[in-house]
Amino acid sequence: MSQLVLEKLRQRFGTAILETHAHFGDDTAVVDAGMWRTVGQFLCDDPDLDFDMPIDLCGVDYPERVPRMEVVLHLYSIAKAHRVRLKTRVGDADMAGAELDSLVSIWPGLDWLEREVFDMSGVRFRGHPDLRRILMYPEFEGHPLQRTYPADKTQPLVAYRSEAEAGTPLEKLEPFGPDEGMPFGRGGLPRVAEDI
Amino acid sequence: MEALDLELDAGELELPAEPMHLNMGPSHPAMHGTVRIVLELSGETIVKADVQIGYLHRGFEKMCERGTWAQVFPYVDRLNYVSPMLNNVGYALAVEKLCGLSVPDRCQWYRMALGELARISDHLTCDGAMAMELGAFTPFLWFVKAREMVWDILEEETGARLTHSFGRIGGMAEPPTPDFKGLCRAGLPKILDLVEEGERMLLRNRIFLDRLENVGAISRADAIALGWTGPCLRATGVPYDIRKAHPYLKYDEVDFDVPVGTKGDTLDRFLVRLGEIRQSKRIIEQVLERMPDEGPLNCDDPRVVLPDKMAVYTTIEATIQHFKLIMEGARVPSGEVYSYTEGGNGELGYYLVSDGSGTPYRVRIRPPCFQITGGLSKILEGRMLSDIVPTFGSLNMIGGECDH
Amino acid sequence: MGDVNRSLALQGSEQGYATTRLDALLGWARKYSLFSYPFITACCGMEFMALTSPRFDVSRFGAEVPRFSPRQSDLLWVVGTISQRQGPVLKRIYEQMMAPKWVFAFGTCAATGGFYDNYTTVPGIDKIIPVDVYIPGCPPRPEAVLDGLMLLQDKIQRGERRPGVVKPRIDPAQQVSELVRLRRSAGDPRALLPALREEKRS
Repeated sequence: MSQLVLEKLRQRFGTAILETHAHFGDDTAVVDAGMWRTVGQFLCDDPDLDFDMPIDLCGVDYPERVPRMEVVLHLYSIAKAHRVRLKTRVGDADMAGAELDSLVSIWPGLDWLEREVFDMSGVRFRGHPDLRRILMYPEFEGHPLQRTYPADKTQPLVAYRSEAEAGTPLEKLEPFGPDEGMPFGRGGLPRVAEDI
Repeated sequence: MEALDLELDAGELELPAEPMHLNMGPSHPAMHGTVRIVLELSGETIVKADVQIGYLHRGFEKMCERGTWAQVFPYVDRLNYVSPMLNNVGYALAVEKLCGLSVPDRCQWYRMALGELARISDHLTCDGAMAMELGAFTPFLWFVKAREMVWDILEEETGARLTHSFGRIGGMAEPPTPDFKGLCRAGLPKILDLVEEGERMLLRNRIFLDRLENVGAISRADAIALGWTGPCLRATGVPYDIRKAHPYLKYDEVDFDVPVGTKGDTLDRFLVRLGEIRQSKRIIEQVLERMPDEGPLNCDDPRVVLPDKMAVYTTIEATIQHFKLIMEGARVPSGEVYSYTEGGNGELGYYLVSDGSGTPYRVRIRPPCFQITGGLSKILEGRMLSDIVPTFGSLNMIGGECDH
Repeated sequence: MGDVNRSLALQGSEQGYATTRLDALLGWARKYSLFSYPFITACCGMEFMALTSPRFDVSRFGAEVPRFSPRQSDLLWVVGTISQRQGPVLKRIYEQMMAPKWVFAFGTCAATGGFYDNYTTVPGIDKIIPVDVYIPGCPPRPEAVLDGLMLLQDKIQRGERRPGVVKPRIDPAQQVSELVRLRRSAGDPRALLPALREEKRS
């Protein structure tokens, strides 16, 4: 993978690009959150880079680090056939200050993707035309893909029937005792060293 | 009595009216999954369409964080459930990219053949359902009959008709059966015959063409800016197919064309899918010629691939290896990777973040039909109410993928 | 209505509670003319499509007509995973149907929530609406669904409202014992070791 994209970014923005790498062949640049929109505009407008297709936007939660939420944007250029991954980090331990500029005016395809990042990870996008939940229902509280949200905490919209009403037992049988079975989210297991 | 109409101005005859709101879904006959479209209509014309998805959100990304890398395969199957083999192969390739593995040639050919069969099944379902929603029930039955033939082959190979969970990191679950090539070679001409019968019935029908032509058109630039990929993008004239542009597996060694449309309307999307069925058949035929009948299927890296069963029952090393791979998971090196393949609807991408353990830290799927459905409200504005059904059908929104 | 003709025995295969001739007639008419409302959400919908296809023809059971209005249907096929967001919709549609009505839980996700044990899935539609037949499978084979349909038809004839589950045709417990017997018949597994070493060498 040529280093063209990362070099142009470093030349143009200097210290706003916090780090770059190209592990596994994917060009990646970590950008300062305040420069998110400017870097995006440059990537779209520059004739050598010409990133016209937004591929994906998602959030990855690293709760033991501040800033906690990493927002990852993948871009592709149809004409030049190159890709880039742009990352930035927002939000402190309580997700305060998790705000970014919206890039919908540059790539309209990010409309729903930004709504999804807001819904699942809790990052707000300034300037988004219609920032509301997309995958969850409006009455849902919390942001499910944050690692602090318990995976099996349901917020039912319809109250479940009672056993008396149903005439049969409705509860799930617990297959395991409280200290048996796989913990949900295997954070308790020891991590392994990087090189194997 | 004086004539009432002489004194009135044209403007004064307008009665005050509010636009009508109509709710379509989330449970409606267009069997493409559950989507709710809240429409603002003025007469029959759509003024605004608010497409609301999320009725099939099953928490795929959160569930992946609870198990091992190999336990993601059943979840991944149920994303694009009309072409599950393509999802399996895409995810296996993503993890292999992170591990730095490459599978043997035989496995690569096998993955290609199964993937293309899944793609045929996807396009048959989409086009058949589209025809049915417009009232043409018979071609739907023929296409589903052809799809049953594809599913018979897949059932013989993988054991399941629909959600196979057949891919594994470093290979596939089982080697191809001895009858695989014979079954494919016998079945494919029959499938094409049924496709041609359906085409003959539909593509000369004035009503069918009128309902699809120039409906739901989108321009090249708009489609690219919205992030559309796959048959919907190719219908607008952009020949972007990942199998040609960034070949993976052995797609650079087989010969096939990429059907491209011109106007980007519903008819073009319908025709591009039919064309792709033919190209998939071509690919499968070439793969069957090149695929070796013997040889290892899985790569032999002991860090990710389960050992042979007889060895597990008789030697202690294999037992330990088996135990660690099942209980802790394959220990994938830490890092992040984005890997993309051509799914049934377009660029199916997986963004994986690993922390070096056997459990994925983050698995993000880039669903192709999420972006495509995001553009639905744009292409519906100004159209009429009855245009929603063919347009929405031609986008092939699969609920499991869109809502992941 | 039950008192009058209780002495009349039932012919043929109808076992179960004794009913009047009128009830028997009603049961026969209802079971062979089910108007279905396919509430389709997910992957099981593909098997539902296969069910209506010529191969696993569901019209030979009289249940082929999908009425996409709850007012006009009496059999609610809940096909696929029901998310929490979909819960109120499902309840509304069930309430809009008129009695007599029956509910199929088609697939494991509809019966129990499947392997989606998380914040967004309803763990089985029986938490929201009463279910008559549970059809397990992910997705169930069309033959299993037809077994469920026949089970439902039997229940309709007998007027029974207790929920039923479709059993597999071949009992897995039996199969396992056969497999174990096979392996034991190979004798001492260490005798297989030379064969293994042979394989590794070649």
